[in-house]
Amino acid sequence: MLKTRIIPCLDVNNGRVVKGVNFVDLIDAGDPVEQAQLYDQAGADELCFLDITASSDNRDTIYDVVTRTVEKCFMPVTVGGGIRSISDIRKLLLAGADKVAINTAAIKDPGLVKKAALKFGSQCIVVSMDVKQKDNNFELFTHGGRTETGIDALTWAKKMVEFGAGEILLTSMDKDGTQQGFDLEITRQIADNVSIPVIASGGVGHLQHFVDGVKKGHANGVLAASIFHFGLYTIREAKNFMNAAGVAVRID
Amino acid sequence: MIDEPEKQTKAVIIDYGSGNLKSVFNAFKHASSGDVSVTHDFRDLSLSSHIILPGVGSFADCMKGLVSLPGVIETLQDEVIKNKKPFLGICVGMQLMASLGKENGTTKGLGWISGEVEKITPKDPMLKIPHMGWNTVSFNSESHPIWKKFISGSHAYFVHSYQFIPTNKDVILATTEYGENITAVVGSDNMIGTQFHPEKSQSFGQGFIKEFLMWDGNT
Repeated sequence: MLKTRIIPCLDVNNGRVVKGVNFVDLIDAGDPVEQAQLYDQAGADELCFLDITASSDNRDTIYDVVTRTVEKCFMPVTVGGGIRSISDIRKLLLAGADKVAINTAAIKDPGLVKKAALKFGSQCIVVSMDVKQKDNNFELFTHGGRTETGIDALTWAKKMVEFGAGEILLTSMDKDGTQQGFDLEITRQIADNVSIPVIASGGVGHLQHFVDGVKKGHANGVLAASIFHFGLYTIREAKNFMNAAGVAVRID
Repeated sequence: MIDEPEKQTKAVIIDYGSGNLKSVFNAFKHASSGDVSVTHDFRDLSLSSHIILPGVGSFADCMKGLVSLPGVIETLQDEVIKNKKPFLGICVGMQLMASLGKENGTTKGLGWISGEVEKITPKDPMLKIPHMGWNTVSFNSESHPIWKKFISGSHAYFVHSYQFIPTNKDVILATTEYGENITAVVGSDNMIGTQFHPEKSQSFGQGFIKEFLMWDGNT
């Protein structure tokens, strides 16, 4: 049977990992490629790079990171952050990324998702959604949760499926960084109502949160950055915990 | 006196504009002690020992890309069908061996293994499409030399919405379970095709690539 994916995420700024300070045995803790290799060896099911480089002068650094990573890691790699055009997507795929996660650019121009899915195939187009609860609804936000869009999260998710997205990466901005667990309500709402896989993100502080994301949130995969970065838990510990809790994961 | 050099493999990966070329090249390069190259020139296929056809995107687009390369399909017919060189199709590259593809309209495939490529339609709505992630590969025929070093039930990485349904079920070397048994690997004579991505399947994938490169095409 298909296994739930555990996806560590590395935040990359100007070609260097931010937050990745507590890895042991690293020659260079800031090198994303070295950290990616550790995750690969640890049995991560996929890897995600979130490029948070602000300056447009340094945008090209991510291509080099991807190129060097895929020379050594033989696992699926998703890249998100700052993707604006078909040409950005093409460059990342040619560098060796398997999937790209589009966020703000999809909101500015939903047609980009449609065009990209037709051109490169739905399997490599992930739509990344940052959501926040507002009264009783969940809304789409941009700019790290600061900018409201007025768009209903579920409506948007359904529209993106129609436009050809192959996967949804859902981050709760209310939970992100809190270590209180995923927002299970919106995760389940979207997972139960779209035909494509949903990856839950934002808020993991304990391994039980992964289990909840799958069992209660119905996510097909779980993504986390900090708990793995800071060495709180290893990928293997996460998998063993989930397995013991009855979530089917890959332990080879 | 100079010793005879060791017999080396010369793997050629066909470049017809498929996006994942680099990953396939990297994975083969890492797994192989022999020569690995990427080409769109049909002449290189004649000089190769092993031929690899990757593929991501839609069946129709991939077939169109392959057809657009002058002399490649003709040379493939010669090298794979007549000369029986070991051939590996990956994902859509595997599906292209079929007679017919039904993604984005109906498209004729290479027709090397009789059958059609159809959309996966799980009855359970909780089973998402694409079938994306790590799933187990269960062998139908343990006797195929490619499985020599593996145990049935190993995990491989899949990402697809369509599957190859061969006319003769004996060519299905392995399946994966996703609401039903889905074709994971097909094989006939010197041809083998994987629906999963060996280039993305970590150590299982590396092992599989090594086995393919050691294979002489005999079953």
